Amino acid sequence: MLPALRTTEHLWRAYRRTWRGTVMTTFLNPVLYLAALGVGLGRFVDRGHHAAVALGGASYLDFVGPGLLAVTAMQVAVGESTFPVMGAVKWQKTYAAMLATPQRVGDVLAGHVTWIAARVATAVAAYLAVVAAFGALHSPLAVLALPAGVLTGMAFSLPLVGYSVRLDTEQSFNVVYRLGMIPLFLFSATFFPLSSLPVGLRVVAYATPLWHGVDLCRTLADGTATWGRSLLHVAYLAGLAALGALSAARAYTGRLRT
Amino acid sequence: MRRQSASKVGVAEPAMISARALTKRFGQFTAVDGVDFEVRSGEAFGFLGPNGAGKSSTMRMIACVSPPSGGALRILGLDPTIDGAAIRARLGVVPQDDTLDLELPVWENLYVYGRYFGLSKRQLLPRIERLLDFAQLTERAGDRVEPLSGGMKRRLTIARALINEPSILLLDEPTTGLDPQARHVLWDRLYRLKAEGVTLVLTTHYMDEAEQLCDRLVVMDGGRIAAEGSPRELIARHASRDVVELRFGPGESAAMADKVADLADRIEVLPDRLLLSSGDGDAVAEEVHARHLEPAAVLVRRSSLEDVFLRLTGRRLLD
Repeated sequence: MLPALRTTEHLWRAYRRTWRGTVMTTFLNPVLYLAALGVGLGRFVDRGHHAAVALGGASYLDFVGPGLLAVTAMQVAVGESTFPVMGAVKWQKTYAAMLATPQRVGDVLAGHVTWIAARVATAVAAYLAVVAAFGALHSPLAVLALPAGVLTGMAFSLPLVGYSVRLDTEQSFNVVYRLGMIPLFLFSATFFPLSSLPVGLRVVAYATPLWHGVDLCRTLADGTATWGRSLLHVAYLAGLAALGALSAARAYTGRLRT
Repeated sequence: MRRQSASKVGVAEPAMISARALTKRFGQFTAVDGVDFEVRSGEAFGFLGPNGAGKSSTMRMIACVSPPSGGALRILGLDPTIDGAAIRARLGVVPQDDTLDLELPVWENLYVYGRYFGLSKRQLLPRIERLLDFAQLTERAGDRVEPLSGGMKRRLTIARALINEPSILLLDEPTTGLDPQARHVLWDRLYRLKAEGVTLVLTTHYMDEAEQLCDRLVVMDGGRIAAEGSPRELIARHASRDVVELRFGPGESAAMADKVADLADRIEVLPDRLLLSSGDGDAVAEEVHARHLEPAAVLVRRSSLEDVFLRLTGRRLLD
């Protein structure tokens, strides 16, 4: 077994005792959003003539469903890459316990990120099943929304674990949530097409990772994905994840091997 | 190390740990300032010192989680900067703060940890049973860790550190914060390990703990080694056989010091007491009475490691 997977196994065993606390944020919230926005708000939106034009003839549920999949990936990834990392450094000191074994700092990082990827994957898979049950998937390509969601999650997770491992207090996480995650959630074409935004804001939205995740998942789900566009999204998200991995490796070594 | 091994003719056993001019710097601050020491197989070796003396920094270097800034360190004959993982595979680490998985049951803390050493379920189950018995936690095996008492958590941490049957057990302030009963239970467990041949390396600022457990120890102060030897050697070298404590009324002790100064090898004036070091405490006490000085209380006692410690590291408050 790869040493990193020992850390993954450890975190999995701990999760088996605490999973109940994560059901709400991981599985139930996305479903509530889908029901309220996709179905509830969707009925209302679909009656409007402008909406039908802006959404290219798709229903609002078809539009918002895959978008929320990327959001779910982001939320689970951010949640798992902030407080649990600080807890492992500071509160429970799980990292210190791991590093008293043959584990190397790189094994601990790789093992923890593998665990986060598994958490994102299960959340996305569960969500995908729900969207399918709502009838909002229209292409066999929708299956690829699972890896696309995991990639989106990793594009958030890898830069964030490196940020979290350096922190001394959890106050900074408020900034991550309020100034990072929530604006992305609201303005990354999850709830309305970017054509509704003024040009200036639109450019900003195109540059954010969540928009790439949302558009990738959405085009896969409705079957409008093209090679060029999808590869651009994948390259952007993978690039961000790779840069994040490099900075996380430095941050982990800096914090844990002092 | 050649220099030192030449002086110990007949000791064929290589050192478990040897440090030469070992140094640890954090930016401008030097936490460990060129220390030399050697830990032999099967002994209990202690690092004594006030807070901030460099004990924990030294321990973290031995545990191969903190790279030395200078000097040479060999553990089990290996270089920690190259073979850290291989060394850690043969160490047991009991950190200053417990690092248990609070949400996991007692037995699973041992199980999860054992997996890091590449042990299979089949190898682990009998070991866990043995270690739970050793740590007197068999009845709590299925309970979550969080509500356990401090002493139980500490014993579990020690049991966990033994899951890989380590050659060296590192204990950083193993009994700090425990009540006297829990400390004695823990000491008893550590004696048993020593009897089984496990090399113990511990830090403490409890003198009774050091006197009870350590075959040999170093007193650290300000990142350097102030003294080295067995507890008995250190007392013989740095203190007289006896200490006579004379207690006077508030403010009187300074004036009384002059009247008894000639009786002691060394006299220390505290606000409420005089401490007179002497080879024969009873004779000093008799002479004090003969001079009709009438202290409120007289106590004749053997010098302890604490006297040595305070003499070497001073009475200043270190927080």
